[in-house]
Amino acid sequence: MTTVSSRPIERGAPRVQSIGPVAWSRKHLFNSWFNSILTIVLGLTLGAALFNLLSWAFIQANWSVVADNFGNFMSGLYPPESYWRIWSVLGIIMGLSGLTWGLLARNQPQLFSRNVLIGLGAIALFFILWPLTRPHTPYLIGVLVLLAVAAAAGQAIGRKAPGSTKWILAAWLVSYFVDLYLLGGGPFFGRGTLSPSLFYSIIVMLGGGIVAGWQLSQRISIPQIPTWISKIVLFLVGFIVVYQVLWRLPYALGLDVGLKNVSTNSWGGLTLTLLLAISGIALCFPAGVLLALGRRSKLPIVQAFSVAYIELIRGVPLISILFMGQVLIPLFLPEGVRPDRVVRAIIGLTIFSAAYLAENVRAGLQAVPLGQSEAAQSLGLNKPLTTALIVLPQALKTAIPAIVGQFISLFQDTTLLGIVGLVELLGISQNLLASPTYLGDYKEGYVFIAAIYWVFCYAMSYGSRRIESALNTDLR
Amino acid sequence: MKKWCFAIAASVSLLSLAGCGAPGGDTTASSNKGSDAGIGNSRLQTVLDRGSLICGVDGGIPGFSFVENGEYSGLDVDTCKAVAAALFDDPTKVEYRDLDSTERFEALKGGEVDMLARNTTWTISRDTSVGMEFAPVTFYDGQGMLVREASGITELKDFEGKSVCVETGTTTELNLTDQMRQLGVNFTPQTFQDADAAYAAYEAGSCEGMTSDKSQLVARRSTLTNPDEHVLLEVTMSKEPLGPLTINNDSAWFDTVKWVTYALFQAEEFGLTSANVEAAVNSEDPNIKRFVGAEGTLGSDMGLPNDFALRAVKHVGNYGEIYERNLGEGSVFKLPRGLNAQWSEGGLIYSPPFR
Repeated sequence: MTTVSSRPIERGAPRVQSIGPVAWSRKHLFNSWFNSILTIVLGLTLGAALFNLLSWAFIQANWSVVADNFGNFMSGLYPPESYWRIWSVLGIIMGLSGLTWGLLARNQPQLFSRNVLIGLGAIALFFILWPLTRPHTPYLIGVLVLLAVAAAAGQAIGRKAPGSTKWILAAWLVSYFVDLYLLGGGPFFGRGTLSPSLFYSIIVMLGGGIVAGWQLSQRISIPQIPTWISKIVLFLVGFIVVYQVLWRLPYALGLDVGLKNVSTNSWGGLTLTLLLAISGIALCFPAGVLLALGRRSKLPIVQAFSVAYIELIRGVPLISILFMGQVLIPLFLPEGVRPDRVVRAIIGLTIFSAAYLAENVRAGLQAVPLGQSEAAQSLGLNKPLTTALIVLPQALKTAIPAIVGQFISLFQDTTLLGIVGLVELLGISQNLLASPTYLGDYKEGYVFIAAIYWVFCYAMSYGSRRIESALNTDLR
Repeated sequence: MKKWCFAIAASVSLLSLAGCGAPGGDTTASSNKGSDAGIGNSRLQTVLDRGSLICGVDGGIPGFSFVENGEYSGLDVDTCKAVAAALFDDPTKVEYRDLDSTERFEALKGGEVDMLARNTTWTISRDTSVGMEFAPVTFYDGQGMLVREASGITELKDFEGKSVCVETGTTTELNLTDQMRQLGVNFTPQTFQDADAAYAAYEAGSCEGMTSDKSQLVARRSTLTNPDEHVLLEVTMSKEPLGPLTINNDSAWFDTVKWVTYALFQAEEFGLTSANVEAAVNSEDPNIKRFVGAEGTLGSDMGLPNDFALRAVKHVGNYGEIYERNLGEGSVFKLPRGLNAQWSEGGLIYSPPFR
């Protein structure tokens, strides 16, 4: 039993007011002789390390390896005359980010608070002052302006039509395919490369074919043959005819126009790293949630499959999955049928991360008290609605730190693809650092890409903290 | 029931479509059908149809394969370029795949790459049980020893009581021990997991010698603080013949890689360079005329363009030019030709006759 006193706790004599750096350091750093010695020793060590680092970075280091190959670090061996396509992709992403930000913050009185303005200004100043980005300053500033304008526009739209927020996800999904097309190019109505095949063949051609086959099989019936056979045959006929027509028509009409094809072999650097990470994250999240739900399911086959999948994948190192994808799949599938290397890499990352993510989500699910779903059921919600509306939101909120941790490690795991031969950020660095011109400058190269990785990982971690505090309903 | 039927039907139709090729696809590949070379099932036909060569390289070895100015360069890379130039008259029609030493043979077996030019030592087991086919050696490497000039060490015997830095777990380490035991020299090996650490220790003076492949020692020497203070000993402790390779049981394709490589050697012997090879079609010498395809059918007999040798040399240069550009006087390494000189100058670079 605890007793709660309503009176405030008795205090002794008022303390000496400790304000100001001297008082602060006396209290925290020099409050006993032992701590004073520790402070001095550690301070000197850290100071010496920092001094050495700075004197290396500013005096000894030869940053020309980074400066001369900046474009390659950012986008691998992507043809320089097509760099505008990568800039467009960045523009689309930043514009959408701005819109999303504005829409979500539509109820804030002022979008550009003092801190935001200072932040944007600091980034702009950094772009202007940093020698590496100086050649691209106009573009970068333009992208920042785009972000701000889109944010303002998004807020205006959001205030006028609050329902437009639900289109954000769809807009991002569409922009993903647009970005892929910008990167890959190729005839717009063709197969050939990764992006148009997703864009046109899968969505339009498959969709059209399936609709036509379905309609045909519904409307016509052939007597004398069992219904289901005739339906299958009719479906196949309708599907194949429409598919082929949709496929060949653009060529017949001379519509094989499009951007110059840039094969995925030329994708590289930070662009490829981000593409791999974003695709992997976007795909592994739903897969992980489904697996987590499957593992807690009462359906024996679903549960057994989920358990088997999770335990099997978690028992295999990521590098071996990626290695299998890059080296062993070609042993089974002949050239022409096998998926693109980048697709195989994304699939490998997704397969691996989904298993870990499932366990993170399952931990969240278990943290939701049973009373929640019982309460939902007593309100008359059925099983799927209970899961979707009551249990899962709470579970995901609890699991945010673990999930984001998994995303961060997926981002870092993309470096393993450098070992199996994709020239992502680490891979292209190894290629560039082997150049005789920059032989021995490996410290500079690796420090540079380490900084890039840090920026992105920290941004993710910061974002997750913001989401956590935004969703934190406990202390309101 | 109905739903299942449609699911099956849909997947069947998907599978049936998966095999179709694009109607307006890239048809720039020049299909040079050989008269009797039997290249129908060969990788050669695949490469010609595709219109580009997929070449497995290391991507991270100074002098052999690396990226500079946004392009792959190096001795291995130039071998790939020569094959592409011979087939397509365009050295840029190559896709490079970075492969590490464990996956290189699997990648070749799975058909991910058409050929390897990846610093691969020709050994009997790789040629036989691994199932590779080795084209002519483009670089004769060997294990060497780097010492400080001031140390006065001129041969392995001088290492009595001294220490040598070496990467652990490599054949290099075993070779070193073998050689020293043979000579009866007592020395201390200092082993390191990582090459950077080994060279750092050598530079810091914790060992008198540093051993590795000669080409690597030369490359690394240029990164030391005072490269001129370090010399390579004359001794060669192991044989490391490096060359391009293809998969077993594909004669037509293997012959292509083999004879393009020989063409680079032969061009140097003939004195044909990237600058003067095009004028050689008017040469008086029948050997040269045959070589550049102005006479005879050496190339088309193999299913290649008849002037394949001319194309390779025109775009990439002869073997001497390639060597000088990547490892010799034209590079930062200034590696002497040594074993890699023409046979007429005391080296091992020797092409069988083109006739």
